[in-house]
Amino acid sequence: MRTGRVVTYVVLIGAALLVIFPVYYVIAGSVMSPGQISSYPPDLVPHGLFTGNYKGATSSGTPIGQQYLNSILQTSIITLSQLITSVLAAYAFVFMKMWGRTVLFGLFLATLMVPWESIVLPNYLTITSWELNGHGLTKTYAGTMIALVLPFLANAFGVFLLRQSFLQFPVELRDAATIDGAGHWRFLSRILLPLNKPALTAVGLYVFLSAWNQFFWPLLIGDTASRRTLQIGISQLNDAEAADPGLILAGVTLSILPTLAIVIFGQRFIVRGLTAGAIR
Amino acid sequence: MTTNSVPARAGRRPTPVSLVSWLMLVPCLVVFALFIIWPLGKSVSLSLHGSDLFGRPDAYVGLQHYKDMLGSAEFRHILWVTFAFVLLTVIPGVLGALVVVLLLEQHIKGIRIFRTAFALPFAFSVASASVIFATIYNPAIGLANGLLGRFGVDRIGWLTDPSWALISVAITTVWMSIGYNVLVLSAGIGAIPAEINEAATLDGAGGFSASRYITIPLLGPQLFFLIVISTIQSLQGFGQIKILTPEGGPEQSTKTLVYSIYHTAFANNASDFGAASAQAIVLLVILLACTAIQFGVLERRVHYK
Repeated sequence: MRTGRVVTYVVLIGAALLVIFPVYYVIAGSVMSPGQISSYPPDLVPHGLFTGNYKGATSSGTPIGQQYLNSILQTSIITLSQLITSVLAAYAFVFMKMWGRTVLFGLFLATLMVPWESIVLPNYLTITSWELNGHGLTKTYAGTMIALVLPFLANAFGVFLLRQSFLQFPVELRDAATIDGAGHWRFLSRILLPLNKPALTAVGLYVFLSAWNQFFWPLLIGDTASRRTLQIGISQLNDAEAADPGLILAGVTLSILPTLAIVIFGQRFIVRGLTAGAIR
Repeated sequence: MTTNSVPARAGRRPTPVSLVSWLMLVPCLVVFALFIIWPLGKSVSLSLHGSDLFGRPDAYVGLQHYKDMLGSAEFRHILWVTFAFVLLTVIPGVLGALVVVLLLEQHIKGIRIFRTAFALPFAFSVASASVIFATIYNPAIGLANGLLGRFGVDRIGWLTDPSWALISVAITTVWMSIGYNVLVLSAGIGAIPAEINEAATLDGAGGFSASRYITIPLLGPQLFFLIVISTIQSLQGFGQIKILTPEGGPEQSTKTLVYSIYHTAFANNASDFGAASAQAIVLLVILLACTAIQFGVLERRVHYK
């Protein structure tokens, strides 16, 4: 029994160290001097705080600052839009009489089974053929931002999660609101949404994480570095500054700050969103 | 099924509820129609057309792309790499998470610290994780070779050696997915009724035998779900391959189906949306089959309840 206990801890700590190590290394490496990070044998504890990497990452040929703003803009629009469209659709599915409700919900779920990679080419052809003020969408800054978010303004996953949550809403409460004369809008805004904050937070954080982390679509959209998202930016930083790992790691550290904060402080909310399909 | 419906409101002008509810669905429906449903048909149509110099669709060629694909050794290689990548990511990812979760169940101290530690990779996008691993894999100054060198192991061409490149990309992928897998299995264990474990303990089952005969069988649905979901995600893996091995790896050793779709459509001077779309349809069929298996088996349940 005793040795079993020791083995358990040894294996767990070993596994945890393996998982944490890249997280440690990206932060520690970002404050190591160029000499230290490429020293042999490897030296894993930073000698003080070297800030040169951060200066380098923010002033290199890759405009990380602008790309940061692009990502914030892109992610905020997608998150806000998906919250609104999901609330509207989930509300209609749960609280309104509607012809063809079951079939429509089936259609919504079916869209989740279509992998993005199998429809990315026609979407690329569509988006690049559209114009804004006489310019191709991807030829201007505003157009690029629109092209980045358009296909993701709605997603059935948020509808699915919110519908689950709305379905659990006590019938008595809704009846009471109706008797008191609350119409659909009043019931939705004053009663339903405030009481469904955990579900809304779960959907919001989940959408934020997946939008922030997008790679394939932003790789195709954006003709110049200053119109690209941060994810593409750090991958180009990786190509352009291969001789300077500290600088690359500083760029990566900056790019994960928002999502790291979400994972550490919003863990219980994302757990809900991420395991929604797994536990029945 | 739901029986929710708002009772008619007396004394008010009746609203055409059905119309309003349809209007509430319009934003979603427009997005789905424009960017999912229509492109699905368009993908099929593209796959039946040739491509002009710029890769844009031109003449109808029927099933020619499919015939070319099925007859080419390169496409068989791509399918093989895709299959190998799935095996190299799904098996270690699910088994590793299972071991971790079973150990976490042994009433250990500091369980919350461990949980947070295993959740951390969530914060990393495919791009950030891949860039970190690219730094670690760097042949000259990377940590992987640096640390191995201390034990007298020769330098490994993590991303440049054809026999290692796919493994290195798979390691990165497993790292990215392990947190999610731990989370799903933990939630599954949490849902096992306490009485079952108590009864097992009273019967003298503890530690290993409890895991073997009680926890693992009861985790059946979650394990199955994870295997299918991880397979689907592996089949869709792109960013890590593009970043770690920009040209599809040495000797095309990391050229999976999704990477090949991208490469066929967007490679310099060889852009071919028709052929790329035919590959996209193959991907769609494979992924739909995975989803169908998932629904089919989950309906019948994996364990007895």
